[in-house]
Formats: sequence, C-alpha cells, structure tokens
Amino acid sequence: MNIHEYQGKELFRKYGVATPRGVPAFSVDEAVAAAKSLGGREAPADGKAPVWVVKAQIHAGGRGKGGGVKLARSVDEVKALAQQMLGMTLVTHQTGPQGRVVRRLLIEEGADIRKELYAALVVDRGLQRVVLMASSEGGMDIEEVAAHHPEKIHKVAIDPVAGLAGEDAEDIARKIGVPESLVPQARDLLKNLYKCFDECDCSLAEVNPLIVTGDGRVVALDAKLNFDDNALFRHKDIVAMRDLDEEDPAEVEASKFDLNYIQLDGDIGCLVNGAGLAMATMDTIKLFGGSPANFLDVGGGATTEKVTEAFKIMLKSPKLAAILVNIFGGIMKCDVIAAGVVAAARQVGLKVPLVVRLEGTNVDLGKKILADSGLPIISAADMGDAAKKVVAAARGVAVAA
Amino acid sequence: MSILIDRNTRVITQGITGKTGQFHTKMCREYANGKECFVAGVTPGKGGQDFEGVPIYNTVKEAKAATGATVSVIYVPPPYAAAAIDEAVDAGLDLVICITEGIPVRDMIRTRYRMQGKKTRLIGPNCPGLITPDEIKIGIMPGHIHRKGKIGIVSRSGTLTYEAVGQVSALGLGQSSAVGIGGDPVNGVKHVEVMKMFNDDPDTEAVIMIGEIGGGDEETAARWVKDNMKKPVVGFIAGVTAPPGKRMGHAGAIISGGKGTAQEKLSVMEACGIKVTRNPAEMGKLLKTVLG
Repeated sequence: MNIHEYQGKELFRKYGVATPRGVPAFSVDEAVAAAKSLGGREAPADGKAPVWVVKAQIHAGGRGKGGGVKLARSVDEVKALAQQMLGMTLVTHQTGPQGRVVRRLLIEEGADIRKELYAALVVDRGLQRVVLMASSEGGMDIEEVAAHHPEKIHKVAIDPVAGLAGEDAEDIARKIGVPESLVPQARDLLKNLYKCFDECDCSLAEVNPLIVTGDGRVVALDAKLNFDDNALFRHKDIVAMRDLDEEDPAEVEASKFDLNYIQLDGDIGCLVNGAGLAMATMDTIKLFGGSPANFLDVGGGATTEKVTEAFKIMLKSPKLAAILVNIFGGIMKCDVIAAGVVAAARQVGLKVPLVVRLEGTNVDLGKKILADSGLPIISAADMGDAAKKVVAAARGVAVAA
Repeated sequence: MSILIDRNTRVITQGITGKTGQFHTKMCREYANGKECFVAGVTPGKGGQDFEGVPIYNTVKEAKAATGATVSVIYVPPPYAAAAIDEAVDAGLDLVICITEGIPVRDMIRTRYRMQGKKTRLIGPNCPGLITPDEIKIGIMPGHIHRKGKIGIVSRSGTLTYEAVGQVSALGLGQSSAVGIGGDPVNGVKHVEVMKMFNDDPDTEAVIMIGEIGGGDEETAARWVKDNMKKPVVGFIAGVTAPPGKRMGHAGAIISGGKGTAQEKLSVMEACGIKVTRNPAEMGKLLKTVLG
C-alpha cells in the first residue's frame, strides 16, 4: 500500500524525522488558509520575500518535471496555483500517458536548500535485512545514479534486533557529504527513519531529496512510503490513510472478492489459479502474438462466485476481446471448477469468446460439463494450445470448440 | 533416493486443529506412507487431544520428544506463523516447511536472523511444500499427478510446479522429488541449495528449475550450475509480460528498480548452460531433449 507525501511527512514528524512545516489542502480555500497559517519561510538574511511551495499529491514520482511542484511568493500566487493544480491531470514518467487527476495539495514553507542528498530504506532480499541506502546525488532519479555512478551509492545492512547503529548512520552521513557539524543531526534523522520503517512495517521509505538547509538543518524534503500489505492487519492507522482514488478501480473491486488482480492494457482477459501460473499464462499469450488484459490469480478456490465476479470485472474493460481460463485443479476438482465457469458465463451473459483449459483431478468430467453446457466454450488441450486459440478468437478468427 | 524427505521421515503438523491444517494432514496421511509418517500435531492449549488418531501436543518440543519427529509442516495463520517457525527451530528440528501465505516481511527478517547458526532448514513460507513420489508428501500439492522417477523439480510457484510435474508425468517420466520453495521475498532454502541437493542425489538425472520475476536467486543458482552441476538443467521464468513496480500475486514477484526482470534471468541462465523455454507448456518436452 502507498500513501501520499503529506501523510508520509506526518508519520515522519511523529518519529522525529525533520520535515518542512506544511498543511494538506483539498480545496483552493484550504490552500489559502494553509498558506496564511504557515506564513511562508521567514525572510532569510538576504531579505528575500517569503516562499511557499505548492505540491500536487498523487501516488507517483516525477511530479516536479510534470508541473506538479511550484513555488509561490505570495498568498495570491498560492491561490492561483491551487486553482490551476486541483483537478488537473498530471502526467509524469510514472503515471503512464493517461496521467492522474490531482485532488489533494500539500502547501509547504519554502526551504533554503544548500545540499540535496538521498536516503532510503529497502528490504534486501539477498541479505534478508533492511538496508540503508544513501547518496550525495539527491534530487535525481536514483536508478540513474545507480546505473552511471554506483560508487556514489553507499549501503549498510541493519541488524534487525539492535536497529540502525549510531556509528553506521554517522559513517553514511559523512560519506554522502553531510557537513561534520551536522553529522549528529543526520545520524538521529536516519535512526528515526529506520524506527519509522520498522514499526510501521514499511517496504520502502525513500527521502529524495534529503536536504541540508542554509540555517544548518537536515530535513526530509520529500517522503515516499510503501507498506507491506501482509502487515496491514496490525496497522489500522495506516490503512486509514489509503486513498482509493489513487488505485485502479478494477483492482479495488477485485480486492473486495479476495481476487489478486492487476489491470494491463491488452485485450485478452486471463483467469488463472496461482500467481506463477497466472504470469506464465500471460507470457504464453504474448508468445503467440496476443496481449493480456490483466493478471488474475483466483487462488485455491475458483468458486462460482469468484469466477462470476472476475468475469464482471474483466468485462468492464471496453477492449476485452476474449477470455482465457487456465486452471490446474489440484485440491479443487476440475468438475467443480467447470460447473463454476459455466454458471458464471451464464450469469454474466458472456458475449466474448471463452477458451478454457482444465488440468488435474476429474479433468474428463470437467471437460464434459463444459461441452454439455451448450455455451460456445472453446476447450484447449494444454496451455500452449489455449493461448493459440484465445489469440485467434480475440482476432475474430473462428475457433473450433 | 530423493532429497530432504522419504518414507522414513517423521512429521509434526503445526496448526493441526485449524481447517487448513486438518484438511491437508488428512490428504498427506492418505498419500503413500503418510499414515506412518505423520506422527504428531501441535496446537497450544490442545495437548492431550488427537486428530484422527494423530496425538496433539502443546509444543513442538513435546511432540518431538514423544515421537522422535525431525520435520514439521506449518499451517498456522500469518500473524503467528513466524513464531511457529521460531518454535520449530528452537526445538532443533532438521527441516521446517511453512505453507502459510501472507507473513509480514518484518517477521521473516527477524526469524531468519534467529536461525543463523542453527541446523534447521526452512522451506517457504508461502509454498506448496515438497514431495517424494510414492513415499511421502508434505504440503498442499495434489499427490496423484506425481510419478516416481528421476527428474528433480524446484520452483517458487505452486501451480507452475504442478504444471511441470504434470508434463513430466504425461511423458512417462517421473520425479525424484519436487520442491516448492515459495514466493516470498524473505524465505528459507533458495534454488541454489535445492540444486546442490539434486546434484548430490544419485537418483536424480536432470532438473527443471522454475523461477519468476523479482530478486536474483535464479541467477545465483544458474552461476552455481555453470561451475558445479553434473546433470542437465532446463528452466522457465514466469513474468516476461509483468509490468515493473507491480506485485504479481506473490509478495516477492515484483520488478523493482529495473532489477529482477524475466529477460535478465533467462539471459543469465542461458549463458550458464541452462536450456530455457519461453513456452511453459513445453517444459517437459524440453527436458526430454536433454536426457541422455
């Protein structure tokens, strides 16, 4: 699960990770009120006017380049920017070409940035530890830095019992160029960041950039937090921050029925049991020249109810040209699955071609149920055969049932 | 021969009184020598009772002392499953197979940390378990698709393992052992360790290695195969079409930071002498071409 930057920063503040002062705003009026309450950054010694930052809140990176982060030098400018941004469709390299509608803003005091650094906590699968990863190259795409300047990325694995050691945090802070006088401050921030990651069951905590300010502070200027879905049962407060507007409606709908669904942009719907087999089914469709409309793992129990809901969700896609059901019935028997598929197809009045491949327990009985249903179900011998048939059917080629 | 388990293995079911634990213990007992193999169950607070004649104990330690079992299989719900693994490790079991799906990564990091220096091997979590056909089945796989034979199978995915097993059996071949190591990012035994065991098993002639997007375990195994494996290996990687940044069902099946793509894994495997197919319907056929 992901949350917005402003929510991430609220969590940061709770854990003692310094952030700029800021207030979320869901409307232009709220944005103006927020700007007034913040008062802007106090005029620095050079006598510059106060500065606010208006930041579009969407669950995707690259907002700055896409025009979703703007400076304002007066409350009127904040108002104008809020009017402009709220409701606009923001396109960044992470949103895809369709972009995301901006519904929330974060109004923040401006920051006097002297250095832009990078810090993140991730789970390293090989080490089976949480790793602190940091770089002097903040504000950039960290994957670019990793590709071109791997020597500028510093890492330390964290002991899950002792937590992030003070000396390790200091060492990393020095390596990424935190001035010596601010090393203790950076150390505490990093230790608190790990505490936040650990206690909230994060799967990613990224601060890009982590800044050093003109008045000698180390501050998290951005906050990207992802959470381990498997651990949400023990974090009601975090679940409450979920913003369904940021998620694919089909995926939200599927999750209500305990279906593991991911929307893709092809035209062949897939309904499969098991995550590995579901991926392999998509791959096979692609191998034979087709394009999958979704990933869908119905899990161990492909019941009539689940298959019906899955069909309904897939049929919402206007592009959908055919459906492939690929079930390896192990514990679930093929005749039960076949009956479920037939009932579901009847219930939704299925109009697109349906190719079914069944394997496993009672497979012959299952195939007979499909054949006797009177529905134009195309039966397939194996996965390869199924993929070939569904690709042909999606192109409108007549396929023998 | 086989790897890890055979007809002489004695098993404890942790979480035997839950619905899943009961169902699969029953299925496993009905398979081959299951009745002799599954000797005890554990559910805290229910010690002294029994499940279809299998005695239940309060702790793994008691179950081990009373029955001499050295292996456990876990069906405990996710919030308590990591603690169940810890208990089995503390009791000094040789092998723990955790079927439970949905254990928080944080819990698994702590459990793996505790396991350092201990003799216990962990398979899973979020796995189908393992089977040595005609001898013993520990887990949730359908027993009847298997045939005794000389092909080793190792996979991160459950149903894709069944797919490979089904293809091998349909060709008239069979399996020495089939191991599902699970789809979680932080888990126990990896592909490479299973590969080593198959290499050392005199009754395994060739291996099918099935992987999926995310992490670098398949690459590690492939490099080991290149330098050490005496037997042919064929492979398949699921997720060529998976978009980056999306978790494909399994918690560990995600391409992050451009790493862990199927293409990358396939390239490394091929470079290491593993024959790969892009068509999962042809894993069995490909295997047949490498058998002497």
